[in-house]
Amino acid sequence: MEIAIYVLAFLFLLIGVYALIAKKNVIRIIIGIGILEYGVNLLLVLVGYRKGGMAPILANGQSSANLAVRAVDPLPQAMVLTSIVIGLSITALAVALAIRLYDKYGTFDMNDIRDLRG
Amino acid sequence: MRGMSPIVRNIAALLGGVVIMYGVYVTLTGHLAPGGGFVGGVIVMAGIVMLVLAFGGERARELMREHRCQLLEGLGALSFLIIGLLGFLTVSGCFFKNFLPTGKVHELTSGGMIPILNVAIAIKVGAGLTGIFLALVLGCRSAMFRKGK
Amino acid sequence: MAIELFILMLLIFMIIAALIAVESSDLLSAVIAIEAAGFGLCAVDLLLGAPDLAFPQVLVEIVTLVILIRMIMTRRDTSRQTPRDTLRTAVVMLAGGMFLVMVFLAVGGVNTSGTMPSFGHPVMGSFEDTGVSSQYLFRCARDTGAANVVMGILLDYRAYDTLGEATVIFAAILGGYVVLRKIGRKKSKEINP
Repeated sequence: MEIAIYVLAFLFLLIGVYALIAKKNVIRIIIGIGILEYGVNLLLVLVGYRKGGMAPILANGQSSANLAVRAVDPLPQAMVLTSIVIGLSITALAVALAIRLYDKYGTFDMNDIRDLRG
Repeated sequence: MRGMSPIVRNIAALLGGVVIMYGVYVTLTGHLAPGGGFVGGVIVMAGIVMLVLAFGGERARELMREHRCQLLEGLGALSFLIIGLLGFLTVSGCFFKNFLPTGKVHELTSGGMIPILNVAIAIKVGAGLTGIFLALVLGCRSAMFRKGK
Repeated sequence: MAIELFILMLLIFMIIAALIAVESSDLLSAVIAIEAAGFGLCAVDLLLGAPDLAFPQVLVEIVTLVILIRMIMTRRDTSRQTPRDTLRTAVVMLAGGMFLVMVFLAVGGVNTSGTMPSFGHPVMGSFEDTGVSSQYLFRCARDTGAANVVMGILLDYRAYDTLGEATVIFAAILGGYVVLRKIGRKKSKEINP
């Protein structure tokens, strides 16, 4: 069961890489970048999970020693939090580039764009 | 870009202020509950997106322009850096030293300079993403949107 | 046991949604499928004890939906498949298969000692260890005064990384503005010399 969870998470990452490499439409490449970014965030959070653990927020009247024994790992969560917002900015930049590409070449198909060569 | 029907416009006008207030609340209590500066900025941006979609492009272009958003974003990033540099002025200074007193846990004024940094980050992220959203959706007169499929 | 079953079912749902997003020929269905994968990821985050991550995941989903649908507007994907495409797909599948085999061995499929930590037992030990995460959990309320340990890490212990992240967002948004300018520099020199 545990190995299956890790292998499925890596499979999800692999679907993103497949969309990035082997697809022709520019919008599908942007969707592939999005899937890749979700897969990386998922994997980082999966590594830090503790069985039966609670979220790393100090409840009212709880001691720090109790929190250190029962909470999940907070360090991957801190890094993934910034990664999610960076992913949104990257998607906005990619969409801006796709709009300019359509302006210049008139199509979203990478085959035609490669043949025209500006 | 046209707006939507009067029903949607009335409800968006009622709810817009509530969403922006919720973003401010999540930013200010970031050190007590899940949330923080990044999430607060994105919530404010989502509220502004809702208002822009409901009222249409022309009203949005009157009220907010991209250079205002760019100015706010620069101010937010600069204030984050300046608060970090203020750590050098204390006794045993280093970059980003937490020099304000850390009060009791679970109060709103605990955490030293964490709430102030949260506000700076929320201004930066919210203004930046709003500006790029306006530039993408409204200000773009490219050939793709002129055909109108 | 029940939580792991839930996570497994949600992961299978996310993989099916990702396959629909990559293979369907109608671009609107592809965008809606990737939004479904994002919501599934938000549910997995909540089950794994990370409410700080479920929050921005949902919001980023919704904003990406608005931006992508504005760009698509009911187009279809009408690209043809050349022999070079089939070769490229086959190479990606082969590399993917080898990668999955390596992952299986790293997680510890064949014998009991793998290189990744087994699911449910993170790298940090008890708080007497000198590992970084357990020390952060133990000292956060005393040093920083924040009850939310993730915020304390982001804005007190690792504030320099947050400065780097703010710089990356700034650079990406600046790049977006530059790309979307209406008149380029050459043309504006022709208009007012």
